[in-house]
Amino acid sequence: MSEGKPVTRRSMLMYIGIAMNAVVGLAVAVPVVGYLLGPIKRKGAYHRWITLGPISNFPAGQTRLAEFVNPFKTPQDGETANTPCWVRHIGGGKFQVFAINCAHLNCPVRWFPQSELFMCPCHGGVYYADGSRASGPPPRGLFEYKYKVIDNELHIDAGQMPTLANEAKLVNITPCGGGDTPCQG
Amino acid sequence: MPGLKEGAVSVAKKTYDWIERRVQLEGPIKSAAMHPVPRNTASWWYVFGSAAMTLLMLQVVTGILLALVYVPSAGQAWSSLNLLNHNLALGWFLRAMHGWGSNFMVAIVVIHMVQVFLFGAYKYPRELTWTLGVFMLLMTLGMAFTGQVLRFDQDAYWGLGIGASISSRIPVIGHWVVHLLLGGPIIGGATLTRFFALHVFVIPGILLAFTGLHVWLVLTLGINEYPKPGYIVRPGTYEKDYEELTHKDGIPFVPDALWKDLFFSAAIIAAVAICAFAFGPFGPTGQPDPTIIQTAPKPDYFFLWIYAVLSYLPESLETPFLLVAPVIGIAVLLALPYVAGKGEKSWYRRPVAVLVVVTLAVMWGTFTHLATFTPWSPIMTAWSADTLPAQMVHAQTPLERQGAIVFQGKQCRNCHSVAGTGGMRGPALDGVATRMTEDQLIRQVIQGGGNMPAYGKNLSPPQVTALVSFLETLRKPGQQPARDSAHPFEAGQRPQGAEGKQSAF
Repeated sequence: MSEGKPVTRRSMLMYIGIAMNAVVGLAVAVPVVGYLLGPIKRKGAYHRWITLGPISNFPAGQTRLAEFVNPFKTPQDGETANTPCWVRHIGGGKFQVFAINCAHLNCPVRWFPQSELFMCPCHGGVYYADGSRASGPPPRGLFEYKYKVIDNELHIDAGQMPTLANEAKLVNITPCGGGDTPCQG
Repeated sequence: MPGLKEGAVSVAKKTYDWIERRVQLEGPIKSAAMHPVPRNTASWWYVFGSAAMTLLMLQVVTGILLALVYVPSAGQAWSSLNLLNHNLALGWFLRAMHGWGSNFMVAIVVIHMVQVFLFGAYKYPRELTWTLGVFMLLMTLGMAFTGQVLRFDQDAYWGLGIGASISSRIPVIGHWVVHLLLGGPIIGGATLTRFFALHVFVIPGILLAFTGLHVWLVLTLGINEYPKPGYIVRPGTYEKDYEELTHKDGIPFVPDALWKDLFFSAAIIAAVAICAFAFGPFGPTGQPDPTIIQTAPKPDYFFLWIYAVLSYLPESLETPFLLVAPVIGIAVLLALPYVAGKGEKSWYRRPVAVLVVVTLAVMWGTFTHLATFTPWSPIMTAWSADTLPAQMVHAQTPLERQGAIVFQGKQCRNCHSVAGTGGMRGPALDGVATRMTEDQLIRQVIQGGGNMPAYGKNLSPPQVTALVSFLETLRKPGQQPARDSAHPFEAGQRPQGAEGKQSAF
């Protein structure tokens, strides 16, 4: 602009006009970023204790499928808010509640009481009865919900789909003698 | 009558002139249509770009028609798809056209890209045309994935789960990305509406704008000449050479080159319609209720290869591959014209380019083929559905038959095939007795390993004995059983003493 092109009154007004639009645009757009990022909540926001029903539904020594409705259900969710999980009653009031989702890529694992294994239909992940990884591509054992028993009802701490990024409890397998195979028997 | 016809013609002409005087589009359209192109580009190899655009138009039209009925709500999407399929006249046909159109579009876009790559069309001065094309390919794949989500069935539901699971592996911000992708804590109403917005507004809007720019660049820079081996592209001389080629020996784009594009586009639309009519719409499969866990989700055809790769990757490579490989792949595609933008165009002088295409095609084909029968997945029903052939248990001892029952009942068959049926996750067990000794079989069953679960906890010692004695019958008549190399004679002759030792183990 210093070379020959003088700033006229009108070109100055045009620059001011552009600046005004930039300011107004930013002022409107920045809060809208908050709208877009709305689903992101601080850790722990998607947690609530909910009941899976009386513990008599889960006989000792068995692993059974249970269902609950996600506590953060919206009217648009329909049947997708129904969530299955596997409840293992070890005995003596001790439970393990596993997410249905395979730790590999979230497919639904199925329990086979005869061989006492969870098998995943997608990429062949297999888990033992205690949720620890038996074979296949999963990087860890099954995701586990925290539980407590109140008035003979089994409650779990649920609310979000478990993934490797949220703080579902890690089930570790201790290898014996440095091998990949867990100690058995 | 002739007077009436002439009158109608003159009215039409007058109307046309009236509009043209105002919009003044005749000039630019004529010059675009009649621009000279090199004679040898009027080739059947040059029809894929226009066919991709025709398919895009088909997808826009069929998409709008489907949007008249489809409900983007997790509670109602599935039933609105079934309404389209079963209760509305030709609803099924429009869904089929849109679904098959999407498969054809991905295929044609990829073929177009391969042709452009092999013909060196991405080289100077058409680098930006290629760059835009790479983004258009990504958006086409994005449309295919988001479209698969809008077909809100079991496959879509669990496909979203896989997407969320992959996102969760991103370090540090993974858990934010998951919630941003799903629009909340679970796959639900908010997930479907955001994929709807992407599929219907965001991606198509950008894709159409990019298509316009892509075509504009083709018109401005001219269509790539048919490559001649030995001709070297140089920024200083290329424009002059191209100018000479088009003006000395060129032909007008309309009609000399266009007719082939028109023929091919018509054939492609006809092929989509025939596929739609003959094979019908895709899904929806089961309703998207996560409590129905009797499902084996599978992605659509063009993502099957990823499904296969994900099951074969070693665990240590999985997260790096999922997160880094796409970035590298896209970076290589984008960098191509800026790294290799000069030199030979002809595939006769670019053996590496041809090898890359052939290698990628073979890899894609192999992985896709594998994913059609998923040898890595246990067959969940094999243990109860696939019976052992009678002749296999015909002449067995009671102990061996008991072992066969353990073999079926403990779901061994889900992963191991016998007599051609059963899972392929583990090795087929026909002839296992020729590969492993009794000791080795017992150890494998009890301890597992080599990707097999350990059964030590849930098989009793008598069950293991029975199972292994059954497995030892799995060899053809006349084949020798495997021998322990430390005790070749004992194992070969199977004396009583040796068996005593084994049960002590």
